[in-house]
Amino acid sequence: MGKKGYYGNFGGRFVPETLMPALYELEEVLKAAKKDTSFKRELHSYQREYIGRPTPLYYARNASEKLGFKLYLKREDLCHTGAHKILNALGQALLAKRMNKKRIIAETGAGQHGVACATAASLLALDCVIYMGEDDVKRQRINVMRMEMLGAKVQPVKSGTRTLKDAINEALRDWVTNVRTTHYVLGTVFGPYPYPELVKYFVSAIGREAKRQILKREGRLPDVVVACVGGGSNAMGIFLPFLKMKDVMLIGVEAGGEGISTNKHAARFQKGRIGIFQGSKSYVLQDEWGQILDTYSIAPGLDYASVGPEHSFLFESGRVQYTYAEDEEVIEAYLFLSREEGILPALESSHALAFLMKNRKEFKDKIVLVNLSGRGDKDLTTVLNRLKKDGA
Amino acid sequence: MALKEVFDTLKREGKKALIPYITGGDPTKEKTIEIMDFFAKEGADIIELGVPFSDPMADGPVIQRAMERAIKSKTTLFDILEIVRKFKKQAKIPVVLMGYMNPFFSYGFERLIYEAKESGVDGILCVDLPYEEAYPFWMCAKRGGLDFVCLVSPLTNRSRIARIKRYASGFIYFVSVTGVTGERESLPEDVKGMLIDTKNLTKLPVVLGFGISKAETIEEFFDFTDGFVIGSALVRRLEEVSFDVESKGFKDFFYALERACHKKR
Repeated sequence: MGKKGYYGNFGGRFVPETLMPALYELEEVLKAAKKDTSFKRELHSYQREYIGRPTPLYYARNASEKLGFKLYLKREDLCHTGAHKILNALGQALLAKRMNKKRIIAETGAGQHGVACATAASLLALDCVIYMGEDDVKRQRINVMRMEMLGAKVQPVKSGTRTLKDAINEALRDWVTNVRTTHYVLGTVFGPYPYPELVKYFVSAIGREAKRQILKREGRLPDVVVACVGGGSNAMGIFLPFLKMKDVMLIGVEAGGEGISTNKHAARFQKGRIGIFQGSKSYVLQDEWGQILDTYSIAPGLDYASVGPEHSFLFESGRVQYTYAEDEEVIEAYLFLSREEGILPALESSHALAFLMKNRKEFKDKIVLVNLSGRGDKDLTTVLNRLKKDGA
Repeated sequence: MALKEVFDTLKREGKKALIPYITGGDPTKEKTIEIMDFFAKEGADIIELGVPFSDPMADGPVIQRAMERAIKSKTTLFDILEIVRKFKKQAKIPVVLMGYMNPFFSYGFERLIYEAKESGVDGILCVDLPYEEAYPFWMCAKRGGLDFVCLVSPLTNRSRIARIKRYASGFIYFVSVTGVTGERESLPEDVKGMLIDTKNLTKLPVVLGFGISKAETIEEFFDFTDGFVIGSALVRRLEEVSFDVESKGFKDFFYALERACHKKR
């Protein structure tokens, strides 16, 4: 990291003055926690016994045979609550306790981060409010019910486009108002510094485990690591230990939606440009006047107008290749893994698989590692509706 | 007249600055000029003109609605400068642009400052730009001769104020509450002490904003500040009268604010 809070040209802290003291407080508490063995012990014991870590690295034999390369899946879908999101939520909830903040708030699109926060809040006896766009509340009814069951209050957001970015705006407004008593559990490696660093710290367990596991299994590093990129936390988690290993190809897959020539996608690196949004300087989908564009993805977790600043840095430096997969390919990948391996992948993670399926020839005989960031039960209705619509 | 002269004159006369806020292009560009003309004619000292942004995270529902209307009527930053240019042809009071970073950044700081100055803009205020990130924008404003208004909140400690004042010019905008813009019945009592502290730490005028919805609040805080920004309360009333500034309800409300700010003590 160069200038404070920056990854090259990206990052920073673009927030109203009222929030700056809270960002400093957060930076301090993270610094102290990282040095505190009792905090680390507590975190690791929760990771082991509550989340269920290390998650397995699974060799997908059937899929590998069909695809022509060795496919390994890092099984984050087996985490408690069904996605890697719980790592960050629980970590931040522990920090909230250290700061003596009794209330946490969060935003959620698909509901995975919301469920994770509600879970962490229930475990650590914190009050919890989850902001969710009204449209997402309708789309993700089961997750809303889960959050409420866990004791969280789900607050539907009616402003703007009624999706994730508006939920973030609302969460920021709540935070500005209640910053003395409330910690905002931001859900990905985005937002003002220190959030990208903080979230990265908590999700780094994914990559550390995966690297160890593949070395044990194959005796060498993988040739390729692929992950989907919404905000980018699961990708950052798994890329992290491989960033310095130049022989390992790293690929991030964004939401191509209905095609990047339509305006229904969330392909920030393909169609966006540098901007300043929700606290951070990064790639943003925006019009020529700097108004933020509506986005779309079949995977609600990827439906966001910007991306974590470190990803922008990795994009510009060329260390990570960013590409996209379209809805149709994603559904195909979802069905493929379900049938071949008995694993329903989240539509988000299916983007990574879809890219590999489409380009399978390029990876012939290689060792490929995919971060299967979450499970696909939550997406069943979406997939079924889609299949019905397509007449399948 | 520059911002400094306005505050100097008011100080001599024992008055406080009345600073109405509206969003440029809400509901149309023509209407904005009409409303600004009304403000200037009826005693506003400075106008704060909002630059519409799709995601105004520091604003409450009233101003968010205003920004949505402005975007719907296709108001761009270029149009905002055009509005100022037309307004300044007949009016002399200063205009401060208030907005969020992305439209400014997208336009290009240097271009923005140059064209803003040329249009007659006097100062610029960016809501999501703490001093830590301000340098490049501040340098452009300084070179271009535009005042750079900075925000201070109830959570800003003395050492931050000391740093903020290195960048600030024109005036310091004191945010009365932790929260977003919007009308409030009353403001916290301890704001008075914080205003005194802030005024002791800087030579610049200190202006109070956020949550001021009536003349009584102005009277209560009159002795502790150099001026008042009134946004949501005005915008909501403009909505109620379909942006007809000549309607009695709106005029009476504005006159009450004007009397409260300009009453000699």
